[in-house]
Amino acid sequence: MSDRQQVVTMAHGSGGRAMQQMIEQMFLRAFDNPWLNEREDGARLSLAGLSARGDRLAFTTDSYVIDPIFFPGGNIGKLAVCGTANDLAVSGATPAYLSCGFILEEGLALDDLQKIVSAMAQTAKDAGIAIVTGDTKVVQRGAADKIFINTAGIGVIPTAVNWAAGTIKVGDKVIVSGTLGDHGAAILNLRENLGMELGVESDCAVLAPMIAPLRSLAGVHALRDATRGGVNAILHEFSAASGFGISIDETTLPVKPAVRGICELLGLEPINFANEGKIVAVVSAQAEEKVLSLLRNSPLGADAVTIGEVTLNPQVCLRGALGVSRQLMLPHTEPLPRIC
Amino acid sequence: MRFVDEFRDPKLAKTLIERLHQRAALLPFTAEKPMQIMEVCGGHTHAIFKFGLDKLLPPQLEFIHGPGCPVCVLPMGRIDACCEIAAHPGVIFCTFGDALRVPGKHGSLLQAREQGADVRVVYSPLDVLKLARENPASQVVFFALGFETTLPVTAVTLQQARHERLTNFSIFCQHISLMPTLRSLLSQEDVRIDAFLAPGHVSMVTGTAPYHFINKEFGKPLVISGFEPLDMLQSVLMLVEQVCEASCKTENQYRRVVPEEGNLLAQKAMREVFALAGSSEWRGLGVIEASGISLTPAYASFDAEQRFNPQTQPVADDPRSRCGEVLTGRCKPHECPLFGSGCTPHNAFGALMVSSEGACAAWYQYRHQETAVADNPQRQNVQQKVSQDE
Repeated sequence: MSDRQQVVTMAHGSGGRAMQQMIEQMFLRAFDNPWLNEREDGARLSLAGLSARGDRLAFTTDSYVIDPIFFPGGNIGKLAVCGTANDLAVSGATPAYLSCGFILEEGLALDDLQKIVSAMAQTAKDAGIAIVTGDTKVVQRGAADKIFINTAGIGVIPTAVNWAAGTIKVGDKVIVSGTLGDHGAAILNLRENLGMELGVESDCAVLAPMIAPLRSLAGVHALRDATRGGVNAILHEFSAASGFGISIDETTLPVKPAVRGICELLGLEPINFANEGKIVAVVSAQAEEKVLSLLRNSPLGADAVTIGEVTLNPQVCLRGALGVSRQLMLPHTEPLPRIC
Repeated sequence: MRFVDEFRDPKLAKTLIERLHQRAALLPFTAEKPMQIMEVCGGHTHAIFKFGLDKLLPPQLEFIHGPGCPVCVLPMGRIDACCEIAAHPGVIFCTFGDALRVPGKHGSLLQAREQGADVRVVYSPLDVLKLARENPASQVVFFALGFETTLPVTAVTLQQARHERLTNFSIFCQHISLMPTLRSLLSQEDVRIDAFLAPGHVSMVTGTAPYHFINKEFGKPLVISGFEPLDMLQSVLMLVEQVCEASCKTENQYRRVVPEEGNLLAQKAMREVFALAGSSEWRGLGVIEASGISLTPAYASFDAEQRFNPQTQPVADDPRSRCGEVLTGRCKPHECPLFGSGCTPHNAFGALMVSSEGACAAWYQYRHQETAVADNPQRQNVQQKVSQDE
């Protein structure tokens, strides 16, 4: 047996024996469920089982191309399950099924792929989600960056749930479920080799268990998970969809000291940093306390707090500690650190 | 957070603002003709807008935004030279992040990267040395820019490169010295600056003595200021007190960071590696005498311009932009006819819109809604013209 590291080769994407072996020994073993084990071209899902849980499907897809692929708090596989499951959950749906497409770069260590697949399987299992169909492609070295993953997901929305940004009203409260920017800071520190001892992990998590209790509550108007673009991007999406503005109190924004530190150092704003385990909720003033209480009941929402409210003036504004309010602009592109 | 929150305390800020209002009432300035305080540094400009300090000042005081952002004063032609060097086969071109999007006539470094050049963002020139060691077959070039804040680190990097006898490392030098820039500013006609807030980071290196000519030759009070809201409010109060007392001196509000003599080790490294050499052209400011910084003969072999000999590409700013007038306090960003439509952070015509620290970029980010285009028919006309040109 050679000491050389086992890696993904073009043979793993050939459709031949190597590919079959990888599918059987890695994917089928990890994701093990009746739909996948049928090994048909498409998963055959019971309509009756789905319709018993609600009256609409939520269907979403996302691709994951993160660098680095391993980071404190997770890896690209865990992220690929959490991200798509969360997109379903903030629609009001119970995530049920995922598909999974891999694009693998020739030379990727099989050990790394195994860790990623195991993380996906464990995350999905913990959340009660089945990965029921998939696809694998291998591209030549240099044609992709180690591994890209696409996941698509189906969930079921209960009849009574109608969350949408169009239902937002003036006077509604804006709530975040926890500290901002943990994922963005952890990734930036690694990706740019900043070498800081942050002690901050990515908040990458499936949020469905935290969100589920909100579905039976009146007054919940809209939810989004605050991924790329951070909370700021979500506030602008809410504002554009509703035609109203949002006023945020900067002093209420929950930010870990280490994340705040990296932002101060690099001239960046935590409100623009990516999260992978936080939601922004817009709820009626009457529902505010109940929503906060339900969120805080979950370990994923222990730091939930109200950060502002919906205003008639159609701008997203941030009121600072000194009492001056300023318009919060959406960055044109990913912010870059300043020279000094 | 220690060393941050104590300098953003709302109660202390309120006390300082009340005191400012009391003392400003005694000034020989009015709301119609306010005392114009130039904050030289882009970091200060950013803080003013971020914390809304300009809205807290009494009407007798006004901030005007100076030329202290090294990215803002980058001539377009220099970016074109960077792109030309970066396009050489085997070159790894390293830059600070905020220079990546500065447009040259033929595009930005970001666009050069999109076209296949190996352009990388670094946080310190010392990271570039590491890249040079790890890539002996490549020529690794660092785009060295900034005022005295970043000059010493570049100097130390070059000392290290010389010590290691690295032959695949060089710098494209675009450093600038603050004092000639200030002298040039004050020597211009019809510029009305009543006082200066001087940058803390530059002063940490230079110390306080180099500013004395501003008091003695030009009769302007100056306070070296930190970057937090309380630092800046206190510094403005110190300037107001100087004017009330009819004194004119250099004061140091940022003593917790800035020693009177500056950083002697940094100054020594800078003297060994860099020399002020001849006049140089700066975006928005024109040609400034004795402002060009070049490598001393002992370090000339690390000069990327000598190694790659890029074409000299003088490129004038768009004549419709009023960058120079904004930099010298003659007009506000939104009074420029291009502001907000023809010139935005993602499509910058002018110098001050290209960096997040530039006065126009800060105004765009924090004040744009307050100065809507519709209020200025002249600007609308020019914007229509710009759209047609595009």
